[in-house]
Order: sequence, then C-alpha cells, then structure tokens
Amino acid sequence: MQTTLGPLLYFWPRQDVFDFYEKVSQSGIDRVCLGEVTCSKRRELNHGDWMAIAQLLADAGKKVVLSTLTLLESESELSQVRKICDNNEFMVEANDMSAVKFLSSNGLEFCTGPSLNIYNAYTLKQLYKLGLKRWVLPLELSEKKLTSILQQAEELKLNDKIETEVFSYGYMPLAYSARCFTARVNDKGKDECEFICRKVPQGIPLATQENEQLFTLNGIQTMSGHCMNILNRWQDMEKQGVHSMRLSAHSYDVLDIADSLISSIKDNKPFVSELSVEQCNGYWEGGSGKDQFYREVR
Amino acid sequence: MELVCPAGNYPSLKAAVDNGADAVYIGFRDNTNARHFAGLNFTDQRAIKALDYARNNNVRLFVAINTYAQADQWSRWQYAVDACADLQVSALIAADMGVMAYACEKYPELSLHLSVQGSATNAAALELYHQQFNIRRAVLPRVLSLKQVQALVKKSPVELEVFAFGSLCIMAEGRCLLSSYVTGESPNTAGACSPASAVRWEQRANGGMDTRLNGVLIDRFSAYEQAGYPTLCKGRFKVQSEAEEKIVHALEEPTSLNTLNLIPQLSEMGISAVKIEGRQRSPAYVAAVTRIWREALDACKANKNEFQPEGRWMAELSKLSEGSQTTLGAYSRPWQ
Repeated sequence: MQTTLGPLLYFWPRQDVFDFYEKVSQSGIDRVCLGEVTCSKRRELNHGDWMAIAQLLADAGKKVVLSTLTLLESESELSQVRKICDNNEFMVEANDMSAVKFLSSNGLEFCTGPSLNIYNAYTLKQLYKLGLKRWVLPLELSEKKLTSILQQAEELKLNDKIETEVFSYGYMPLAYSARCFTARVNDKGKDECEFICRKVPQGIPLATQENEQLFTLNGIQTMSGHCMNILNRWQDMEKQGVHSMRLSAHSYDVLDIADSLISSIKDNKPFVSELSVEQCNGYWEGGSGKDQFYREVR
Repeated sequence: MELVCPAGNYPSLKAAVDNGADAVYIGFRDNTNARHFAGLNFTDQRAIKALDYARNNNVRLFVAINTYAQADQWSRWQYAVDACADLQVSALIAADMGVMAYACEKYPELSLHLSVQGSATNAAALELYHQQFNIRRAVLPRVLSLKQVQALVKKSPVELEVFAFGSLCIMAEGRCLLSSYVTGESPNTAGACSPASAVRWEQRANGGMDTRLNGVLIDRFSAYEQAGYPTLCKGRFKVQSEAEEKIVHALEEPTSLNTLNLIPQLSEMGISAVKIEGRQRSPAYVAAVTRIWREALDACKANKNEFQPEGRWMAELSKLSEGSQTTLGAYSRPWQ
C-alpha cells in the first residue's frame, strides 16, 4: 500500500506553502500532488514556484504529480491547464476532462483525481485507451461499489493495467460552483473578493441552526463539515487491490497521521484510530457521507 | 433556437407539445435518469405513446440517460440505451463515458447529446467528448457568465444548449455530492437530489415550520413564511463572517433561473437550444412555461432588435418560480 498526499485545497500564504512542502519532503509519504485546483485567482505561487517545489520533492525521493484546476470557466484557465499538461517532467492528475484531452493529445500517461466521474469499469476502459494509469474512486462511492467496479474491470481485463487510489483522510470536496461562498458570506462579490479566503486557511465552518456541523466553505468549493477518516481500513483496501490511500493536505497534522499510517503499513499491523467528534467515515461504509462510527478492524 | 421542454409523464409531454415545444425530453422509470422520483417518468410502453404523439406533431423526442452507470447494475443502462435505439429517438442525452461508448459503438446512427451532468464547461472537454463519442450537442452547466458562454460558442466543436428557466442548480452539475453527503443518494448514483423519502416537515408550536433532510435541519420558517423544499444548497445556516456570526442562505436563496430577457443575446451568439427545467413539475406548469417561451422566442425571431419581455410573461413566470424570485444566475457576473 502506498500513500498519496492530495493537493492543497485551501489558500495559504506563499511562505506557509513552501514551509509545508519542506516538511512534506521529510515525511514518509510516497507520492505528492501539487498545484492550485480550487480557484484560478489564487496565484500566490506561480507555475515556476510549483515546479520548484516539485523538484524539491522529487529530489527527496517522492513521486510528484501535478494536479489541474477542477472547474474551468474561462480561456485563461484553460491555458493554465494546458501549461501544466505540457510540462515534460511530471505526471499530471486530471481534475477535468480538458486535462484528459490535452494529455491524451500529447500521448502522455495520466492519472485522474476524485472529481472525474468514474462509476464503472466501462468508463475506466475509455480512459485507459486515452492513457489512464491511476484513478481515484469518486468520493461518494462505498467499499461495496468499489468491489463491483473492480470486478467489472477484471472482466474487461483492466485490473493489472490501472492503479486504484482511495481518498481516505481529510475534508472532502463535495461540490463546485460559479460562486465564491467565502466572498459571499462576507458580503463581497467574486470579482472583489480581496482574497478573503487567505484569512481562513481551513475554510469557514457552516452549521445548521441546531449547531450541527454540516459543511465547510472554501471559496467556490463546498466541503464536508467533518474530516473523513478511514485509515483503519487500509488492510481491507489492500486485499481489494487498492494501490494507494490519499490523505488531503489540510494541515501539518496530516503529516503526523501519515507517518503513523506508514509505520502500520511497514509493520503490516492494523492502524488504530478512534474517530474523533470532528471526524466521519465518508461514504466508505455505504450510507451517507457524514456517518460517524468507529468500526473495529476485523 | 430550439425550445427544449421537460416531461415527467405523458400529460406533461402533451402539454409541452401542444404549447409549442420544438423538442421534449423524458426519462425512463428507473435510476438511469437524473429525475428518478416515485410516480415520474416513462415505461417502455408509455415512451412509445410519447414518441407517437411527439412525432405526429413534428416535435423531437430526447431521452435522458444521464446518471452514472453503477457497476453492479450496468445492464440497466445498457437496456435503456437499447430502448432508445429501438424507439429511434431524436437524441439520447448521456453523461457517463461508459454509457456513451456503448451507445456510440453499438448504435452509431443514434444522435448523442452530452448531458449537463457531464460537467463540460470548456472547449477542450467538449472536443474530447466530440472526438471520442461523436456527440452532436452539449448542455452547459449553470456556472458560466454570458461572456464566457459567448467565448465558448465560438470554440465549441458541437451545438450548445443552455438552461433557460426553472430550478437553479448553483453547483456544477454532475459534480455535486451534497445530497449523498446527507442522505446517501445523489443525482449521480440514484438520480435524485434531496430525495423525497428523506424529507420531513415539522410544524412547530409557534406556527412555524422546520424542514429536515434525513434528520438534518435545513431551514426554520416563521409562521408568516412559506416553507420551501429542503434542498441543501438553499437552506439557512449558521456561518461566521469576518464581522459576525449569522444565520443566512449561505449558498443560495430559494430562487429560479429566468433568462427570458437574454433571448436576443443567446440567439445572436449562436446558442442552438434553450432548455426548460422541470420534469418533476405538473403538466400545468409545463404548459404555462412552454407557451410563454414559445411566444417570446417567436417575438424575438420576428423582431430581434425590438425584443422586450412582456410584463405578463414575466409576471406569470415569477408566479411559477421558487419563492416567486428569479435570477439570471451565473450568466450575470455580479451573481457570482
């Protein structure tokens, strides 16, 4: 089982980003996805900065993946995606079909992020023909659904050709809009946002009128209100044929969690983590995404 | 511009055809379409009747098979595509690459439209679908401004259809998991957003009403307010702004999309079709909205430069809108 650190979904000050990835380079994480995937207005780091971080991580022995923007609205955003797809060094994670188009036209192998809708192996087959090497299970699918997809992939003789990754820890990006909710909550328009999201480096919590934590607002993204944690299921995932577990880059804490997971994997021991009140199981157990219960390792 | 109208059942289909739709879109009675609600949609037999009625009136019939095929039920999506081919429908509206590949390989003569659930918002994505599955048209998600739509029409390899009127989805369609986060069912998996089985209305002692989705409080209405359907993106929630903690419609107010006054611009920029949302609405609703849009499109065609939406059209559409409010949504940049 390998570990992947997903792209940073929030807007952090430039120096914080450099400091964070410096720490990542010293962690045990196998693979790191880099780049701005949430909002194209967030330009604290330019392409060159990201490439420099990519180099730093590659030098530290990490596999580096460049992730593309998820929701594209303008031609300038399309050029940003093209620029990343045209880099001749690192593998690219497509978060929109535009990236799939550019990468397949360039004859490059690629991987896909959780926002690409892959719900069956017939879709996997289409993407494999275009160059797909690794995919991330859509967030809203359960272990049972993954089993069905992998069985279907077996029938289509795809299983040894494509790697599967499962989003296993972090706040889940659930939806994308034209509207910036962080700006809206602060009575600002999207065009006059003044980068207010920089002041909320982990997003804005949104609760019901009964104070039930429900979502997290992060610019144009609506995220889960609870941090998903299914790290204790790594051995089941391995048996299923999952190649990599994704942890979302949302705070320095994720690096400590990653290190404990990695030592469990190395020692082939169960990973024990009780769910805290801020955490949920995501969709893995079936049911709704916000379910919260701790399941003993079998 | 073609006027594409919704039909959740046969009476609605007749209403759309009789009131001037150029095309009507329907779905089968299962989770292969994104409006999978009890009592809605068409059996194979009903679809044949629908097709006959539409064809006899020179109206095109589209079938939406626009959810994502669940691996453990793959044959259901295959069957739905086969049914469309048998019926020789005017177009199949799909979102799933696997479904499109099946349709395009097995029935190359069947016209494919990319559903809004396909989430294609840019020329490169449209090119991919065109190249791989020979799609003829794509429906755009409701996230682009009018200027962005205009730029995209110029680059698009296929016809573009845009949403013109009806419920306002504020998230990029096909990529919204809010419903399954709370209920376990989403448009992609079950063909339902905020499924009716998860909805609860609770009268409060003060005469007000609480609306819940799978137990989660979506909104709390006073005795003087009309309680809306508990859709997650239109609830009132508690959030902390820089200045204060407040209870607001943090994502969107209950409101509908109405682009009647954009007709000349949409037509001028080369949009091929305008789509009315509402397969879950009544035949009376479909009849009224179709009639007004027919009149408006005809008026614009007759005299584009002088086109002004009539007051009576706007008044009637407003009555048919959620919370009696309408918006231009993402087409208008300040909304964003």
